[in-house]
Amino acid sequence: MSEPLLTVQHLTKTFGRGRSETTAVSEVSFTLAAGGSLGIVGESGSGKTTTARMIIGLERPSGGRIAFRGHDRTQPARSTKQFRERGRDIQIVFQDPYTSLDRRQRAGDCLAEILGVHFKLGRDETKRRVGELGELVGLDDRQLNAFPRALSGGQRQRVAIARALATEPEILILDEAVSALDVSIQAQILNLLSDIREKRGVSYLFISHDLAVIRQVTDDTIVMRRGSVVEQGTTADLLDNPRESYTRLLRDSVPREGWDPSTITARL
Amino acid sequence: MTVAVSVVAAAAAADDRLLAREARKLRRSGSLGVSGWIAIGALVVLGLVALLAPLIVPTDPNAVSLSDAYLPASGSHPLGTDASGRDLLSRLIMGSQTALVGPLLVVVASTILGTALALCAVWFGGWFDQAVVRVVDAIFAFPGLLLAILATALFGSGLTAAVAALSIAYIPYIARIVRSAALSERSLPYVAALRVQGVRGFVIATRHILPNVSGLIVANGTLSFGFVLMDLAGLSFIGLGVQPPTADWGAMVGEGMSGVLQQQPLEALSASLLIVITVASVNILGDRLTERSEAHS
Repeated sequence: MSEPLLTVQHLTKTFGRGRSETTAVSEVSFTLAAGGSLGIVGESGSGKTTTARMIIGLERPSGGRIAFRGHDRTQPARSTKQFRERGRDIQIVFQDPYTSLDRRQRAGDCLAEILGVHFKLGRDETKRRVGELGELVGLDDRQLNAFPRALSGGQRQRVAIARALATEPEILILDEAVSALDVSIQAQILNLLSDIREKRGVSYLFISHDLAVIRQVTDDTIVMRRGSVVEQGTTADLLDNPRESYTRLLRDSVPREGWDPSTITARL
Repeated sequence: MTVAVSVVAAAAAADDRLLAREARKLRRSGSLGVSGWIAIGALVVLGLVALLAPLIVPTDPNAVSLSDAYLPASGSHPLGTDASGRDLLSRLIMGSQTALVGPLLVVVASTILGTALALCAVWFGGWFDQAVVRVVDAIFAFPGLLLAILATALFGSGLTAAVAALSIAYIPYIARIVRSAALSERSLPYVAALRVQGVRGFVIATRHILPNVSGLIVANGTLSFGFVLMDLAGLSFIGLGVQPPTADWGAMVGEGMSGVLQQQPLEALSASLLIVITVASVNILGDRLTERSEAHS
């Protein structure tokens, strides 16, 4: 097997000191293969988002190691230049499409700004690339010319995905990227992500609390609870034959016909 | 000055009562409303008068003629004359220049300095942010007028020292508002996204955070304008600001005091009235702008 794209070893994050110290992430290890798609699933507060923020470099790990293609990136970038270099390896799409875009910037300008930071392009070339990115995520010229307030949640999330892809990263972290969207829009975005993965060969680190979503877009999954990995394996196997009681609990918590929430509460 | 103060208080109370309902309605729509546009109209007229003052004064505002003291209104003196026989209307028109230019300079200087300081504090954070907060609090502890009086005592009476002192004294107002708004702006995910894309901090602060707090900055600058105008007029009233014989509304209220005792209240009253109209207009406009920037955010 070839060298993994992303290696995370014994990643740990504690907040606070002394008595108020809490461990958000504890000894989390996993690898992400080139072209792969890894899901991280768990309830709120299980440390999924903190893990993502450490990998992207917005949070400083208390322990452990993060490496991209063997290059260490455990500590957050120290300079704009370093952020820029690392930005071409890994990018992130956040949960809330309403606050993850600058409300005073047109969608197309947002993409053009990122392209301008990373590539030396003329005005026509920039315009062409913005159009290409728009096409990739299914936004037309009119939508690219609009301010975020004129776009729907799904369209905004498409802009955020295009912005993340503008640097041509090899890994895209999707931190609950479809959780704020309603179900039909969710399906559209998930299909879009599958298409992009096929076209661009980008790997996904897909963070969600939603098992149906995880099943649709990931190959492998790790289950986190209270900061630790409780189970990991291929997504289909893990969701069909969960070995851990917590994974079973998560699976059974999905509402369905004849579902009784009190049986879940009793097992918590 | 007491006349001016009581009229300002009465106008403010009337403003609150009459405009409360309109304000509630506008808060939702985010438009400026009738009162906002009336205020803009009044300020545009005042601004034009100040700009064209030397061209439109009927007579020389500084021409003393002691034999013509306290002339009643007539064809050659539409509002009569003051204690030194100077044409009142001409002095009111010329006075609009110092009345508007002083506050404008203070608002522009304090807004630029305060905004820059706040954005730096928010961007660099840590000890620098704390240092800025402490310094701003320290300046905040001094009343602006007191600082201005101190400055005129040190550097001599006149508009320059007062404007410089008030420019510093008004930094805290804008710096605090911009800091808290920029701080909440900075915590939004789009700023994190820009950072991990490798966009420079200076660009994030000036091209993304600043435009998003600009509505607040303009609204606050407008409100400050009224306060500074009162401060400068007060300073001229006690003789530390604009020096005679230059025409100035604040100084005219002071000079007109003796006239009030001699049954000639027109000079003090007319100058007070213009101060009230100007301050009320900028305050109403400032309120409407604040509501609008809140409605848009």
